Amino acid sequence: MQDSYLEKTIRGLSKALSESLFSEQVARKSGLLQSLDPRVRLGGVLLLVVAVVACRRVEIVGASFVLATLLALRSRVCLTILIKHVWLVVLIFTGIIALPAVFITPGKSFIIMRPVPLSISASGLYSAAMLILRVETAATLTATLIFCTPWTHILKALRFLRMPAEIITILTMTHRYIFLLIETAKQMFESRQSRTVGVMPESERRKVVARTAGVLLSKSMELSNEVYLAMLSRGFRGEVRLLSDFRMAGRDYAALSAFIVTASMVVWIGR
Amino acid sequence: MHIPDGYLSPSTCATFYALSAAGWYTSLRRLKRVFATRTIPMVSVFAAFSFIVMMFNVPLPGGTTGHALGVTVAAIVLGPAGSIWAVSIALAIQALLFGDGGITTLGANCFNMAIVGSLVAYGVYQLVATGSDVSSRRRVIAAAIAGYTSINVCALVTAIEFGIQPTFFHDAAGTPLYAPYPLRVAIPAMMIGHLTIAGLAEALVSAGMVSYLQRADINLLRGLGAAPIPTVSSASNAGAASARLWWAVGLLMLGTPLGILAAGTAWGEWSSRDLSARLQQQAASAPGKPANPSTVPVGLQRLASIWTAPFPSYAPPFVRSPLLGYFLSAMFAVGLLVLISLLGMAWGRRA
Repeated sequence: MQDSYLEKTIRGLSKALSESLFSEQVARKSGLLQSLDPRVRLGGVLLLVVAVVACRRVEIVGASFVLATLLALRSRVCLTILIKHVWLVVLIFTGIIALPAVFITPGKSFIIMRPVPLSISASGLYSAAMLILRVETAATLTATLIFCTPWTHILKALRFLRMPAEIITILTMTHRYIFLLIETAKQMFESRQSRTVGVMPESERRKVVARTAGVLLSKSMELSNEVYLAMLSRGFRGEVRLLSDFRMAGRDYAALSAFIVTASMVVWIGR
Repeated sequence: MHIPDGYLSPSTCATFYALSAAGWYTSLRRLKRVFATRTIPMVSVFAAFSFIVMMFNVPLPGGTTGHALGVTVAAIVLGPAGSIWAVSIALAIQALLFGDGGITTLGANCFNMAIVGSLVAYGVYQLVATGSDVSSRRRVIAAAIAGYTSINVCALVTAIEFGIQPTFFHDAAGTPLYAPYPLRVAIPAMMIGHLTIAGLAEALVSAGMVSYLQRADINLLRGLGAAPIPTVSSASNAGAASARLWWAVGLLMLGTPLGILAAGTAWGEWSSRDLSARLQQQAASAPGKPANPSTVPVGLQRLASIWTAPFPSYAPPFVRSPLLGYFLSAMFAVGLLVLISLLGMAWGRRA
């Protein structure tokens, strides 16, 4: 397919848009994580991810994986989505990376393959299992947080975690313009594809990508100037103020305590 | 190159968050100085642009496609400070909104791609393009070299982060707890893909974009966040460059005693006495192997006695302290080189 690069790019851009819409849909459902204050959600899941990364025992990481799956299911994240979008992706990517470790990690061999001069060491198997399980668990936790929390809530929660207001504003604006520029880039590629007849030489295809990126850069610059003028006209003087309307309830305090206790146990038992 | 959670140990993640924080702080201060109240919209829109460019499929020779990082063009247009922020924000959104790259490893990812990538791309571009006209062909070549180099340096730094994990983070039995491959495996495994596909994709996109902007929007190439590349070196610039050079030479001279820390003699740089001792040691340890001679060849011994250095082994005979001797040797050598350079310049001016 001579223009597969255009289709691939258009597909990628559309996928980014649809994934974002999908997470907005899950975030609206009533589940365990959705019912908690976004600050507790973000802080709690981050604590669990750090605990899993710090854990040094494979059985504890395995238990954390079960816990992360339960959390995802109780938060109304569909198992099919979890398998298709998280587990399989991680398994393929990390599995390819971890597989050679099974054979080349030094240690006592317990399976020797003949006539191929390959042997599986216990330490290699342990090391690969540890890596895959750890990455799967962290990815399940992060995906659950992303699926269950609207972007605006993540940003407000980050503000609570003492992230400077300027950075929060940049993240908010970037998020908004990503979708505008994705749409612009998609339209540019689609119009290019609709006008392409016959076989385009490879060098010409590269030029198309570079020119599209160049046009997008010029458009971004113009957009940035327009946004700045719009901000100035609304009285922006370089200071940023954000509203925070979150209220912590008893249930949130209980959930926060549960997150802290679980994370501490994962680190303590798995040390 | 987006490292997911679980590949790096918590202490590695914390170290790279600290390093990135230093980079973010310094670059934000510079950005505010240059762009003032325009910083927020400028970085936001460019971060969105960087995010989208990372999704473009670039057709590569041989029928395959690859993704560019877009850090090179960001560094050329915005300068390193703007590029560091634009790419870091794009990476943060990828991690927090799309789960691409880890949260605990975000510091390392930003350090590798945003900070190292921007600085290397900007440095190489400046090095190759300095003195050329903004519409010249050299700028396109500079962008390609900068793109290729920056992606490969980013990959090398990432490989080093992976490669040090099994050395420092393993259990009592020596089983790796994080990324399992040592440096000798991690570096070639990472570099093969980047020296071929990813480096090429970044080089082609950077060169193509610079070439397009030269024709369509040349002002963007004059640099928004950085001082424009001087086409004619002025006296003040030459003075500043010269001052920076003297500071660098001074710092290097102060660091010379570090050389004493290295034990033994570099392989192949033995004196005839060192070689003699080495050969005798080898002969004693493997008496049944007559492959190597047990004494120093006569010719080598004769040639070695032709010239005796005034400061043998960087230790002048009149100084007892090895530290002071090493330092004096460095000062003497630098002084000698400066003298030769000054004489050369004077001769050049007269000619």
